[in-house]
Amino acid sequence: METVPKLGNNVPPKKDKLQGKKKKPWERRSPGPQRSLSGAQDPFAGPAPVPVAVVQKFCRIDKSKKLPRSETKIRSRLEAAEAQEEEISVKAARSELLLAEEPGFLEGENGEDTAKICQADIVEAVDIASAAKHFDLNLRQFGPYRLNYSRTGRHLAFGGRRGHVAALDWVTKKLMCEINVMEAVRDIRFLHSEALLAVAQNRWLHIYDNQGIELHCIRRCDRITRLEFLPFHFLLATASETGFLTYLDVSVGKIVAALNARAGRLNIMTQNPYNAVIHLGHSNGTVSLWSPAMKEPLAKILCHRGAVRAVAVDSTGTHMATSGLDHQLKIFDLRGTFQPLSARTLPQGAGHLAFSQRGLLAAGTGDVVNIWAGQGKASPPSLEQPYLTHRLSGHVHGLQFCPFEDVLGVGHSGGITSMLAPGAAEPNFDGLESNPYRSRKQRQEWEVKALLEKVPAELICLDPRALAEVDVISLEQEKKERLERLGYDPGTKPPFQPKPKQKGRSSTASLVKRKRKVMDEEHRDKVRQSLEQQPQKQEKAKPMGARPSALDRFVR
Amino acid sequence: MSSSRAAESLLALNQQEELEDLPREYPLSTSEDEGDSDGERKHQKLLEAISSLDGKNRRKLAERSEASLKVSEFSVSSEGSGEKLVLSDLLEPVKTSSSLAAVKKQLNRVKSKKTVELPLHKEEIERARTPLEQEIFNLLHKNKQPVTDPLLTPMEKASLKAMSLEEVKMRRAELQRARALQSYYEARARREKKIKSKKYHKLLKKGKAKQALKEFEKLRKVNPAAALEELEKLEKARMMERMSLKHQNSGKWAKSKAVMAKYDLEARQAMQEQLARNKELMQKIQVASESAEEEGGAEEEGEPFVPDVVNEVQMKVDRPNPWMFRNHSGDTKEAEVQGDPEELAEPAAQEAPESEEEGPAVAEEILLKEFEERRSLRQKSGLNQIAKPVGSQEAKDLSSQEVLSELRALSQKLNRESHQSRKQELSSTRTVLVVQREEAAREEEEPLLLQRPERARTLDELEELGKEGCFQNKELPRVAVEGQQLERNPSNHLGVPKEKKRKEQMIDLQNLLTTKSPSMKSLAVPTTVEELEDEERDQRQMIKEAFAGDDVIRDFLKEKREAVEASKPKDVDLTLPGWGEWGGVGLKPSAKKRRRFLIKAPEGPPRKDKNLPNVILNEKRNIHAVAHQVRMLPYPFTHHQQFERTIQTPIGSTWNTQRSFQKLTMPKVVTKPGHIIKPIKAEDVGYRSSSRSDLSVIQRNPKRLSIRHKKQLKKNSVD
Repeated sequence: METVPKLGNNVPPKKDKLQGKKKKPWERRSPGPQRSLSGAQDPFAGPAPVPVAVVQKFCRIDKSKKLPRSETKIRSRLEAAEAQEEEISVKAARSELLLAEEPGFLEGENGEDTAKICQADIVEAVDIASAAKHFDLNLRQFGPYRLNYSRTGRHLAFGGRRGHVAALDWVTKKLMCEINVMEAVRDIRFLHSEALLAVAQNRWLHIYDNQGIELHCIRRCDRITRLEFLPFHFLLATASETGFLTYLDVSVGKIVAALNARAGRLNIMTQNPYNAVIHLGHSNGTVSLWSPAMKEPLAKILCHRGAVRAVAVDSTGTHMATSGLDHQLKIFDLRGTFQPLSARTLPQGAGHLAFSQRGLLAAGTGDVVNIWAGQGKASPPSLEQPYLTHRLSGHVHGLQFCPFEDVLGVGHSGGITSMLAPGAAEPNFDGLESNPYRSRKQRQEWEVKALLEKVPAELICLDPRALAEVDVISLEQEKKERLERLGYDPGTKPPFQPKPKQKGRSSTASLVKRKRKVMDEEHRDKVRQSLEQQPQKQEKAKPMGARPSALDRFVR
Repeated sequence: MSSSRAAESLLALNQQEELEDLPREYPLSTSEDEGDSDGERKHQKLLEAISSLDGKNRRKLAERSEASLKVSEFSVSSEGSGEKLVLSDLLEPVKTSSSLAAVKKQLNRVKSKKTVELPLHKEEIERARTPLEQEIFNLLHKNKQPVTDPLLTPMEKASLKAMSLEEVKMRRAELQRARALQSYYEARARREKKIKSKKYHKLLKKGKAKQALKEFEKLRKVNPAAALEELEKLEKARMMERMSLKHQNSGKWAKSKAVMAKYDLEARQAMQEQLARNKELMQKIQVASESAEEEGGAEEEGEPFVPDVVNEVQMKVDRPNPWMFRNHSGDTKEAEVQGDPEELAEPAAQEAPESEEEGPAVAEEILLKEFEERRSLRQKSGLNQIAKPVGSQEAKDLSSQEVLSELRALSQKLNRESHQSRKQELSSTRTVLVVQREEAAREEEEPLLLQRPERARTLDELEELGKEGCFQNKELPRVAVEGQQLERNPSNHLGVPKEKKRKEQMIDLQNLLTTKSPSMKSLAVPTTVEELEDEERDQRQMIKEAFAGDDVIRDFLKEKREAVEASKPKDVDLTLPGWGEWGGVGLKPSAKKRRRFLIKAPEGPPRKDKNLPNVILNEKRNIHAVAHQVRMLPYPFTHHQQFERTIQTPIGSTWNTQRSFQKLTMPKVVTKPGHIIKPIKAEDVGYRSSSRSDLSVIQRNPKRLSIRHKKQLKKNSVD
């Protein structure tokens, strides 16, 4: 049984078999072995080949869209852009070699159900370092716990309903602070770094540092039920009992937007890590998607017949899992269609949902946690059979997968449980982005950089790539205005005026001839263009397949 | 004009045909037989006279007792002989001689050619060849009118046999109703005519003129020949005007007005109006083609030959109300009436097989029509027998046809009404269906087939219903299946949305939410649930009960509808109440004004969530984000897509390796820090080579370095 990432496993990436007729320069080695002075020859001359699939992963230009006919000048620009992209993506693909770690996995022996493997078995099988990641904190005194891992995955903060707030480096088990806020704690969340901690208390929102010192009490955010932090925008999104969704910019301490959801008490909230859109679950079975730039929800999806109990979005932003009071667990496609991909009825419905970095879905049902796994990273979890199940000593109150560790943290009424979930997390971390092993100095440097790269709040929208598109509406508008102002369209070519020539060659007849020549050429161009467009139209017009048979009406 | 003449000629032909028919049908009378034999005798005598011409009295042929065996010098008679004489027998010479071969061949050829027999065979006559003949044939045989025996047609007989008492009663009631309606119409027309309001009549006339113009335009497009006829009619009216000088203030009324005109403004106006009318009528119409004009000329020349009745018809052309002169001999809508039967018959024929239910109504119409036609034809045949002058007969015919057309129009109207009512019924059934579908979703277990509406009316609707049923049945498993497919092969991932797009229309909100999903079998069952697991069914029942009250779906649909309404572009109303008319409380600007000042908003593009019933997508633009987007296309690009493609690759270090990031962000020209960049001079550009070049400015591309630069670089490195 393989588990948690193994360090130092230096297996070079497999070389894919080269396919296709025309090989790109980076795919093939140099033609013949080059002889050196010593007479020895390099068996692996030239740059190493790069698998096509990996390169494709880094290509961003959408070549499926057909461009209108373009002039040579534009075409050369486009070609340059494409060449550049290819070069970049090949470089990126080459650097994949540096991602040495491989995700862990759990595999049953011929037909054995992985869900039957309990935590004790896993702990027994894995190495000591990994086994130490499974632990239980028995904290029965202060009631059901909510928990949150920091972005690096190194630190854990939890808050019990009866006021117990603690933060610790959970790998080394070093306690950073432990306080009792003497007030009900509804939710707890790390801000951009582990040094700051937002706690939603009964009355107001409080912010503590890692020593447990209260830094701020934000009274404008009152009766908060759920907290969510958008790391790239430095926004703390809060959902309140009064039905307001408030965005607080923690870098400047200003409330960016306070949106009234008009749907009563808000107590289900999650964020889409892909586009920083906030998902709210409502009691009328809908899930609404919010951005601070818009007063109304970006989208509203009717998911369940009863109230929504939990919502989770996976790290790629393609799938959303929802569970409702109708005991159903559904997975929705978030790429434009918002249709359910799969659904399953759970015996008691899931009260809490969480997606891991690699797309595992955890659901807390009563005192049981089920984890489902998909085929690969981008595929939705198949709900047919759970990948893992675990029974806890109390009812689940909070769920989160730890980033960069195959660990699922569960807060429940009996305390905190950290259970091992092989294959949950991304095995390789970006040292510049979120480094679990960073020092204090590194953290401070990163903080400055992150602040410099802060994304404005108003850029949050459903399709983040829309920013790379031209604003067609105002383009057209401006064009129209210019036309009105000038009285003519400066974009159009002026009519051809033949130049006067000497030695009697610019007789009226020859002028007319020349004019006609140009006109004909233009006309031919036009015809050619229309001919190019015609076959497309015809294809569209033709019905699919052969003539419909009379028996078709019986086909179900 | 010409059409009427054509009709005349047709009718004449018709009569001839009938006359010709007679001898064939009746057994030959004896007198005719006698006439025949008389001729023979004369012929014989003539032959004898010829033979006796040559002076000497030839010996006369002995008189035979048997009449048939006469032997003549000039003709060969085979009468009486047992065997028939054949032409070929005669051809064969006693001795075979070669000189006769050519003659024989000729004769053979003649024989092989078919000669026209007289009288023609019956089939030969009935086969209509030329279009004219075909027309006549159609006229004659359309109604299966017995030509010889003017009793009942087989159809009539059949219908008489088929009709039961109730049917007859029904038919009679129908006819009564039609007659009543007709009388109502007449009464209305009369009433309208009596209205004294000049304004009313003026408006009416204007409306009619407009209508006529429109129709004429349409006619000109569709049927130029008919349009020409219309033009000719106008020409005729002009002629009449020129002849009669009716509108030249020469009548009694005009003279009386002329006396008053000096003092009475109204009278003056009336006179002027009349003069204007005269002018209008006298105006020559520009005919499009020369041939038409020629025709017109021919018409004018041929004027005296046209019977008076036709002129009468033309005189009544301008009468405003066709209902008022149906007793007279003419009708302005002659052409229409003639065209009518076919027009009516065709749609009826098309409709008939389409549906059973429509059948009776259409059949009624057809029967009615037939009845009318028969009546008119009978009148015609009666006329034929009495042999009246052609013109008057035509006139009567016209009048009868006119009545016919009116009746037809009435029955059509009735039909249409019934149609509409049926349509309403259908729509109501459809709504019922929708409601039922909603209910179906609520009670999942109920079989779907039971909830079909009572009965499908026509084939089309049956199909539609079938489709809907299909959706219902198809939808249920689809979502789950799709999910499974997705799970099975992730590579299929991208293909699915496409497929979905094709099926998007079919996505049903009900099914989305009420899909039965397989229930989970979990190993570890939550402790509190353990007892409940056995009673899963009860639990489901409980859930159903709990959610019975709040209809989530209906609320959502309502919300969506509101959102759609709100996002639609609004019309701009620029009416100012009280501007140009009275304003105040309870007064609204007139409809005309409102219409005039209402700027209709253009229809926007279709909503993105049009085919996604469970989604409301916000269509508003995010203005803040738009502010960060590019809104001007840089120079060489002509289309935004081209430019977008060049900026799709990110250049930030987050998305790229360090090397490529550096390369992407490298400036075009790199200068050493601290170096002073001097302003550009003419010699720098290349007018005169400068002795010293700027080595600190190194171009990005080393290839582009000139040879001189390279040399200097080398020198530098050597130093």
